[in-house]
Amino acid sequence: MNNRSNSLRTGPDERGHFGQFGGRYVAETLMPLILDLEREYRAAQADNEFRAEFEHLLKHYVGRPSPLWLAERLTEELGGAKIYLKREDLNHTGAHKINNCIGQILLAKRMGKTKIIAETGAGQHGVATATVAALFGLPCTIFMGAVDVARQQPNVFRMKLLGAEVVAVESGARTLKDAMNEALRHWVANVHDTFYIIGTVAGPHPYPELVRDFQSVIGEEARAQILEAEGRLPDMLIAPVGGGSNAIGLFHPFLDDEGVEIVGVEAAGEGLDGKHAASLAGGKPGILHGNKTYLLQDEDGQITEAHSISAGLDYPGIGPEHSWLHDIGRVRYEPVTDAEALASFQKLTKLEGIIPALESAHAIAAAERIAPTLGKDKIIIVNCSGRGDKDIFTVAEALGVKL
Amino acid sequence: MTRFESAFTKGPALVAFITAGDGDTAANLDALVAGGADVIELGMPFTDPMADGPAIQKANLRSLAKGTTTADIFAQAAAFRQRHPDTPLVLMGYANPMTVRGSEWFAAECAKAGVDGVICVDIPSEEDAELGPALRAAGVDLIRLATPTTDAARLPDVLNGAGGFLYYVSVAGITGLQQAAQTSIEDAVTRLKAATDLPVAVGFGVRTPEQAAAIAKVADGVVVGSAFVDIIAEHGEQAAPHLEAFTRTLADAIHGAKEIAA
Repeated sequence: MNNRSNSLRTGPDERGHFGQFGGRYVAETLMPLILDLEREYRAAQADNEFRAEFEHLLKHYVGRPSPLWLAERLTEELGGAKIYLKREDLNHTGAHKINNCIGQILLAKRMGKTKIIAETGAGQHGVATATVAALFGLPCTIFMGAVDVARQQPNVFRMKLLGAEVVAVESGARTLKDAMNEALRHWVANVHDTFYIIGTVAGPHPYPELVRDFQSVIGEEARAQILEAEGRLPDMLIAPVGGGSNAIGLFHPFLDDEGVEIVGVEAAGEGLDGKHAASLAGGKPGILHGNKTYLLQDEDGQITEAHSISAGLDYPGIGPEHSWLHDIGRVRYEPVTDAEALASFQKLTKLEGIIPALESAHAIAAAERIAPTLGKDKIIIVNCSGRGDKDIFTVAEALGVKL
Repeated sequence: MTRFESAFTKGPALVAFITAGDGDTAANLDALVAGGADVIELGMPFTDPMADGPAIQKANLRSLAKGTTTADIFAQAAAFRQRHPDTPLVLMGYANPMTVRGSEWFAAECAKAGVDGVICVDIPSEEDAELGPALRAAGVDLIRLATPTTDAARLPDVLNGAGGFLYYVSVAGITGLQQAAQTSIEDAVTRLKAATDLPVAVGFGVRTPEQAAAIAKVADGVVVGSAFVDIIAEHGEQAAPHLEAFTRTLADAIHGAKEIAA
């Protein structure tokens, strides 16, 4: 009992709170559905068949386990701690997002829902959702900010090929938060037959919990893989944080390992005194999209626009469990700018032959900063959360290259 | 007797919604009262109005683009209270602007400005602690929403701590778009009235005097929002006379429904 109550892995509480964060701040219309979802998720957790089907799909469809790659040339270049990359970029569809989508579409099926909706920023979650919807033969609508539609054309086309309808959202700043508003508006009018596959560890309870659980396969694998490779746990974990699903997936299985330092990387955009997307460094607690968490906002509580070169990090909030881990000091969150991420994007590509997503490049940049300060006997695992093929147009533009 | 009680005991009431800071707010509020609105809902604009349809979304953005602040809204409310001592005034909006300075601060400002009630779209009864206790302590009614998805098991929780009136959201959806079938509204109102002594006002998708009259036959109040907001979108700063005329057609229909029923 004592061990369990001292654990950092038992949250959220029964009302969906991580400390003061999380909760269920939704319109009354959605509340009964949210409660249904929670009941169904509890039943699924206790159901071995559900677990078996999830694991079968992860292995044979997603291609898990993803490798843990010792980045020798990067390690040598930085001259400090040994760097391992958790290769989520090698998953089917090219990022960690698919892990969660597999779990949620199985829940949708259990609940008898016949239509799928999702929001997307960079398009990775939209592609992953459209993929599982195709696999299960369910019609799918993806809400995507019009700005993101313009800067992520390859993913838009992928979603359409997969049979999804892509709705370009023209309201607000026309990025991820507006896509989420529009998805919520659609959902509230279609609760009877529609399942909303939320792409990150945000939204009303139980989403932050269930998305984390589905993504925790990342950390569970990494833990076993590093024990096999090195015979011990790592000294540090580093992952990029937008909403924070890849990060919590890597971190969660290690939260109770006191010797493992954990670093989340926020997108500092043009810098913390300019336009950025660092909710912890530059925001304060508030309520948006169903949960209480750190948000970029003004003194009247109006949400301010986020900015990051990485569309997947371009969100003015962060998952509530991250807000809690920040406040209790278990995870340290560091900012990385667009320019730093761009440099690391190129460095990893040249040194390791791995083109990382711009999201992941933020974590690489933090590793570049930290690794040289640590001894060569130290071990860092960096989450390479996605591949960067989708970002080559953005990177080319930022580097002034005409394709 | 509270302002809500007097407004609803006169018979079916017209509850009129506009967004604060969209057009000439003081003139628009006066026009609604002059046209016969019994209860006023003043929307607090928010950057992310996720329960609202296009009409009210745009009103929120127009208002914020003009620089409307929370302080401006309380100033408008206080001035309204001075000009109209008897008309109940409700602030309606989203959790973040209401709680950003703490719920006690918000509740105290409401009380000071003469606001009678608050509707918060994204604080269900499960999260009542966020706002409810502070409002009740300050003597401001927390007006709860019931919807077609609110089942019998949930209803007692929704009603616990509720005040003013019960707002029945007649369609599962966002503001201003579809309209519910009259029979489903009648069934719902009957069910709700069996569970509470609060007046029941019905809204979402109500745009015409005919719809309003039909609802007024069974409910204690009819909420109209997007139709007013559309008039402000069309006429901008000069919307007041148009609002007053439209309010009168709705008010006559609603108040007339009462006389026929009586």
